[in-house]
Parts: sequence; structure tokens; C-alpha cells
Amino acid sequence: MRRLLYIVPLAIFAIVASYFLAGLGRDPQRLPSALLDKPAPEFALPPLPGRASSGETGLRTADLAVGRPMLVNVFASWCTPCRVEHPVLARLAEEGVAIQGIAYKDKPGAALAFLRELGDPYTRVGLDLDGRAGIEWGVYGVPETFVIDGKGVIRYRYPGPLTPDEIDNVIRPLLRKLAG
Amino acid sequence: MRRFLAATMLLLVAALPVRAIQPDEVLPDPAQEARARMLGKELRCLVCQNQSIDDSEADLARDLRILVRQRIEAGDSDADVLRYVHARYGDFVLLRPPVNPSTWLLWFGPFVLLAGGAAGLWLQAHRRRAPAAAPLGPDERARLDALLHEGDS
Repeated sequence: MRRLLYIVPLAIFAIVASYFLAGLGRDPQRLPSALLDKPAPEFALPPLPGRASSGETGLRTADLAVGRPMLVNVFASWCTPCRVEHPVLARLAEEGVAIQGIAYKDKPGAALAFLRELGDPYTRVGLDLDGRAGIEWGVYGVPETFVIDGKGVIRYRYPGPLTPDEIDNVIRPLLRKLAG
Repeated sequence: MRRFLAATMLLLVAALPVRAIQPDEVLPDPAQEARARMLGKELRCLVCQNQSIDDSEADLARDLRILVRQRIEAGDSDADVLRYVHARYGDFVLLRPPVNPSTWLLWFGPFVLLAGGAAGLWLQAHRRRAPAAAPLGPDERARLDALLHEGDS
């Protein structure tokens, strides 16, 4: 009977070690969104002055519940990973994915220059000058991408620049699923 | 000696925590500002994740500090302000995580381990009774006497 007691420290070690092992593959900087499965927050952003589409009205909550899934991408001209991510967005837009942009704490001129230089994959762009809309979305870094379903509900949040892997493994399947 | 003391005091003062709060953020009402600082200590900067928003120099920390002050000026209670930020950023933004089933292990784990360790020690102390030796027989006692008195006189 005494022998069994010796197994206890070993068992505790095994349990704790397995938690740590599982944690090795995770990135502690990636936080789960507090808004998952909740409707997109209330916000209304002005457009980027000078963007090509006529009648450009910026971006607001109502624009996100139009009956088909879409992405909302938070970006800024001063954000280097955003530059790296941008071609990936362009490719998605070419495939017909609707992407709305939020220019986060950016000067309108700089944001426009960014889009002119790297391409403009966005259907609509809202200018979030003071970052307040970002706070409503729970944004804690740039870039961030949200997947919104047809009813305007946030289904997924990816912090950091989108990678082709993430697009293939998570984003595209999710968009397909939401399209029904 | 005096110079040494002065230098030591200076060093100690320099070692005090320096907040990242900028003068332009400070509220005119000192009571409100005090509340804002207290709340700022409760909120985590999500960029520099080991610091509170009062301590962090990150842009987001400043934005959240300003937001806290605006909510206070708008009449929110302390709990309201924390709830406002928590609704947008989740459990992790609170430096004191809420107590619910998913955080029980975090909150109570150390005490459970302490209790377990104490119990283990107690059990060990009470079990360490040396096995009672069988009493000595007469010839064994004679041998013991002989051995003990070996070399006497």
C-alpha cells in the first residue's frame, strides 16, 4: 500500500508537465476575442477622403450585416506587419471575399498612400483617427482580422498578419461554412 | 557620511515605480484622478502584458487610460468602468481575474497545494513511529549486560 503513495508525486508531475507541453505550441500573445459570437460593436467611421469609389460613406455597424460573410481588417500605414499581410488580402479580394478596412489611428493621407502603393482590397474603409472604434472591437494590436457572418456577428478574430496557412486552414473553411 | 546618506536616498527614490501617466491625461478633479489611478492599476496593458495600463508606455495603454477617465467623468462607477473594458477585452485585461469555474484552479490551486503539502507532512510525522522492538529475552538480556559492562574494572 505504501508503494502506491510514491506514484503520487510522479502523477502530479505528469499532469503538470502535460499542461506545459500543450502550452508550448501556443502563443501567449494571442488572446481570444471577448466579442466572439456577439454582434459587431456599434460604431460609425468616416471614409478616407480621396478614395476612388464615389458615394463612399465610410464604415459602420450596419454595413456588416448584409446577408453574406465578410472580413474586417484593421490596418495602419505605420504598421510593418500590415505591409507584409497586404498581398494576402489582395488575393482574397480577387477571389471574391468582401473585406472591409479600418484605418486605425492613421493619418488619412498616409493611409491613402499605403493603399495606392500596396493595392486596395477593401470594399469600404473607415477611418478610426483616435482608435476609439478599435477599442470597441477589442483591438490590441495591428493588424487584426475579424470574420463576420451574414448577420453581422463576429465569428473569429485573428491577431497579427494573416498568413497563407491561416487563410487556407481557418479563414476559407469558415467563410465557406458561413456562406451556407 | 552625509554624502553617502544623500546618495542612498537618491537611489531609493529613483527605484520607486514610475507611472507612465502623462500630464495631459490627468483629470482636474483630484478625487476622480485618484479613482482613475486606482482603476488603472487593475487593468492590464495587453501590449506589454506584464504591466498595468498605469505603468505601460504603449499607445493602447494611453488610450485605455484616457477611456477610463472619460468614463469616470461621464459618471460611471468603478465597477461600471471595469465592466466596460472587460466587455471589450475579456478576462485577461483584468489584473485580478474574476472568480468563476474556469479560474478556480488559478485562484485556489496554491492553497490546495499548500493544504496537500501540510497534510502530507502531518501524515508523515504520525506514521514515523519506530516499530516496537520485541522485549528482550533473559539470555539476550544477559548478553546485553555482558557487552555493556565489557571493560569494567
